[in-house]
Amino acid sequence: MNKFEINNLDLHYGDFHALKNINMQIKPNTVTAFIGPSGCGKSTFLRTLNRMNDLVEGCRITGEILMDGKNIYQNTDVNLLRKEVGMVFQKPNPFPMSVYNNIAYGPRTHGITKKAQLDEIVEKSLRDAAIWDEVKDRLHKSALGLSGGQQQRLCIARALAVKPQVLLMDEPTSALDPISTAKVEDLVMELKKDYTIVMVTHNMQQAMRASDETAFFLLGEMVEKASTEQLFSSPQDKRCEDYITGRFG
Amino acid sequence: MNAKIKQAMATYKRSPFSFIMRLMLILSITFTVGMLAFILIYILAKGIPYLSPGLFSFNYTSENVSMMPSIITTLMMVGLSLIISLPFGIFTAVYLVEYAVKGSKVVEIIRLTTETLSGIPSIVYGLFGNIFFVTALGWKYSFLAGVMTISIMILPLIMRTTEEALIAVPDDWRQASFGLGAGNLRTVFKVVLPSAVPGILSGVILAIGRTVGETAALIYTLGTMAKIPNSLFSSGRTLALHMWVLSGEGLHINQAYATAVVLIVMVVGINALSGLVANKLQKR
Repeated sequence: MNKFEINNLDLHYGDFHALKNINMQIKPNTVTAFIGPSGCGKSTFLRTLNRMNDLVEGCRITGEILMDGKNIYQNTDVNLLRKEVGMVFQKPNPFPMSVYNNIAYGPRTHGITKKAQLDEIVEKSLRDAAIWDEVKDRLHKSALGLSGGQQQRLCIARALAVKPQVLLMDEPTSALDPISTAKVEDLVMELKKDYTIVMVTHNMQQAMRASDETAFFLLGEMVEKASTEQLFSSPQDKRCEDYITGRFG
Repeated sequence: MNAKIKQAMATYKRSPFSFIMRLMLILSITFTVGMLAFILIYILAKGIPYLSPGLFSFNYTSENVSMMPSIITTLMMVGLSLIISLPFGIFTAVYLVEYAVKGSKVVEIIRLTTETLSGIPSIVYGLFGNIFFVTALGWKYSFLAGVMTISIMILPLIMRTTEEALIAVPDDWRQASFGLGAGNLRTVFKVVLPSAVPGILSGVILAIGRTVGETAALIYTLGTMAKIPNSLFSSGRTLALHMWVLSGEGLHINQAYATAVVLIVMVVGINALSGLVANKLQKR
């Protein structure tokens, strides 16, 4: 059973045809990486999975995206969808609140108000995101005082706090230093036990290190998708081969 | 020091134009600062000697020409007009920034309206208030007529500053909130508005400054009764009006200066406060 099944997906921004007839299956409890040059549509595609593109004016989507067999563009409460499909953004974007309130924001949104329960969720999320030890003594200080790498792991913890099934990561390490990047990558490997992870990355080494499946996008099309090992060792499509061998992009 | 000047002079020899520019800059700065200093010193010197305890007695008589009732009326005026215009201003701005479709007709009309409102001279507000609130609605010269007029006058100010403050809130935070499954309402109230508070506050302080200093819009609406209004429908006078009346009557010019001292202290205080808040906003 696939977590996501995408059939004949097209997306337009006004007159611009940004995604062209995408078909894809995404397996549960795996890390799927999207690679491709800038502007190829990989981030746009990622954002269709939790309907973040709904916020963009002039964006039209046709085709279907099934999550556990249910079309997320029909009869779905967007807010519930986004609870199930969490997102981590390119730039760490903690709220200008305390560490604790950052994590508790999501659960509170979905109706959890008991202090004891929130305490538990906050601690568990921070532990799961491997940042508990670094922030446990400053839970009630502003999250903006953390380093970039810590902020990003905090954002991951914040996404985990609403107990999603899927975690979308949009170039989660592009604003981080190598050490923080390694930490986030380790975390991704750890998290795939419990979550389905879809990650956009600019960095092919990262896709090789941290993903099970890789999809290559070019000019709004999904050119090739295979297991990461296979895609990098014996790509079937010429364009994909050119890209991963560094001939363009 | 001497070496520095020498070096500077050497530079100017090569480009006499920058020497002239520098002179002009110094001149303009001196003029601007000097003007303010002159006005302040003049009023303070004229007014401070007449700041007698009688000017602060609770009841106004034609002997003590106390400004206490006016100070209290001013505070009431500020408070009530903010209570009325703050919600309207903030929610209009929230609508424009967070809800409305960008570039739609409605947005354009609202923008045009507020721009026009903020460009209208205050005497015109006064005359409008007189015709509409005082006469047509039959409120007479009253506190309520004054409050309504001032509220309309400061509404665009609050709306514009709130709008700026909301626009300055990074989109990342909205995205993060939506990404966690929060709706528009929760995002606005829990994330966007709290982080826009400093900006909104600086708008509020500007509005207070305008209210405190306003006369033209109040002469024809609030009237000039030198008592604390005991109901919404009784007349009163704010500090600025009090000063206008005193100097107009010509009998208590010295006391008018003393009133001006208090008024200036209030306005300078408010401006300093708004500067502080703006500073804090920029540091974030």
